Amino acid sequence: MKEIVRVAAGQGFWGDDLDAPRRQVEGGQVDYLMLDYLAEVTMSILQKQKERDPSLGYARDFVGAMESVLPAVVERGVKVVANAGGVNPPACAAAVKAVAEKSGAKGKFRIGVVSGDDLLGRLDQLIAAGHALANMETGEPLSTVRDRVLSANAYLGSEPIVEALGKGANVVITGRSTDTALTMAPLRHEFGWGAESWDELAAGIVAGHIIECGAQCSGGNCLYDWRSIPDLANVGYPFVEAKRDGTFVVTKHPNTGGRVSVQTVSEQLVYEMGDPHSYITPDVIADFTTIKLARDGDDRVLVSGIKGKPPTDKLKVSIAYRAGFKAVGTLVYAWPDALEKAQLADKILRERLERLGLRFERILTEFVGANATHGHLAGDQRNAPEVQLRFGVRGPDRAAVERFTREIAPLVLNGPPSVTGFAGGRPKVEEIVAYWPALIDKTVVKTKVDIVQ
Amino acid sequence: MKVRLVDIAHARSGDKGDTANVGVIALQARWYSVLKEFVTQKGVADHFRGMIDGKVDRFELPNLNALNFLLHGALDGGGTLSLKTDAQGKVYSTALLRMVIDVPDTEARRLELPAAK
Repeated sequence: MKEIVRVAAGQGFWGDDLDAPRRQVEGGQVDYLMLDYLAEVTMSILQKQKERDPSLGYARDFVGAMESVLPAVVERGVKVVANAGGVNPPACAAAVKAVAEKSGAKGKFRIGVVSGDDLLGRLDQLIAAGHALANMETGEPLSTVRDRVLSANAYLGSEPIVEALGKGANVVITGRSTDTALTMAPLRHEFGWGAESWDELAAGIVAGHIIECGAQCSGGNCLYDWRSIPDLANVGYPFVEAKRDGTFVVTKHPNTGGRVSVQTVSEQLVYEMGDPHSYITPDVIADFTTIKLARDGDDRVLVSGIKGKPPTDKLKVSIAYRAGFKAVGTLVYAWPDALEKAQLADKILRERLERLGLRFERILTEFVGANATHGHLAGDQRNAPEVQLRFGVRGPDRAAVERFTREIAPLVLNGPPSVTGFAGGRPKVEEIVAYWPALIDKTVVKTKVDIVQ
Repeated sequence: MKVRLVDIAHARSGDKGDTANVGVIALQARWYSVLKEFVTQKGVADHFRGMIDGKVDRFELPNLNALNFLLHGALDGGGTLSLKTDAQGKVYSTALLRMVIDVPDTEARRLELPAAK
């Protein structure tokens, strides 16, 4: 058994730095490369792509990432765990296979494909069997939006990934698995942690939480002493050096920018945190109030002390549904009295919409430069050099939202003075795909692991 | 003595649906006691009055010298429904750092807290 296992993060979301996976495997020794592609609404985008073309529906960036790390996988035995499968893990595996053939790596590694998270085809049957799939925030049953559902996927835990690694997979492709399981599963596989090794499993989850957003724990987006963080143009993505007892060090490769410190890791730990006593995952509930951080040299933070407890009997389900249309238009007003001019423009615009008989679920005005992010807390901004009027509408009727987008431009000639910033043209109408979080009994979800040569 | 949080803490925020979370971390370990005692659930709810529709939850993480706040109904529906610039609550953290707390002078001097400007 290895004494230390290194798991490196190479992608914090779909759209992250394309070159980071390669830099992670080439910058120093790592055992696993962990790639997280799926944000809450990503699944619905992928579902739309799959509807148009049944061979799509996965994170296509992953194919390029695999191509760039194939030498490390084939020659040095680096393993890859990614949730790039989206709503079509088999198609993702086929695309990786095709790239391997082109690169002469055919037959030199095995791909493990995890499925079973996709509940879309079973929804009616599940609802009929009494699974309400109620919205965790509002309590409403899924039946209220059933006809508008685009995708429905259970968040899977570490089990199927551990199974795939146990069957000799060098690359594991999952659909909707929890972000943290992508890091915890390799550690569980390597160290043989049992299904009830609560503290070790919780430690693996915390390791996953720290590195799942890529460089956001290694100097990116860090408020603490931000001016002093070096060379963010060459920011080092994080990796963990974990031990069997559940302790681990967070660090990054030498000769990279950014910083790993108690402060950068602390900021990431509190990111998207709920009740810190119970960070709930399918495998374990981790207690974030037990985490101990200590400096372990330059750009090294030792993490220890983590406690876990048994999980619930539910899995979270990520459901995406069509929820109407929205558009946001902007104009910029200049000093003197920039804010007052923007406020008058807002009043005129609202009156225009009223006269046109356009009704919306929601209209929101922000004055960027005065109150958009801090509201009234920003204080008196009447003397601002410029203010952007940012006016958004949302509603079920596409035509009404479309009509609204034609009301911004006329204000340039018909409204308050000192106005500019309309070069971008009419605002775009966007269809809203909203997120519906729900819970389902674990026993309902059956996972499957296939090994592809 | 009046103390502004931005001078004694750093922070990061994120979202979960229509709820923003703000984790606020003491810049020096010895200042955590000030956060714990004076940055109360009620104080934060008052600070954000008019900006959020729901309640405020408060949690303590003495191990990280940090507090975590959940601001419910903070994101105009959240996610893709929201029309806000900060639909995912990424910078709510900085709005909390504007908060001013009142610390007894003796304690403020003992801990060498910077006074609000």
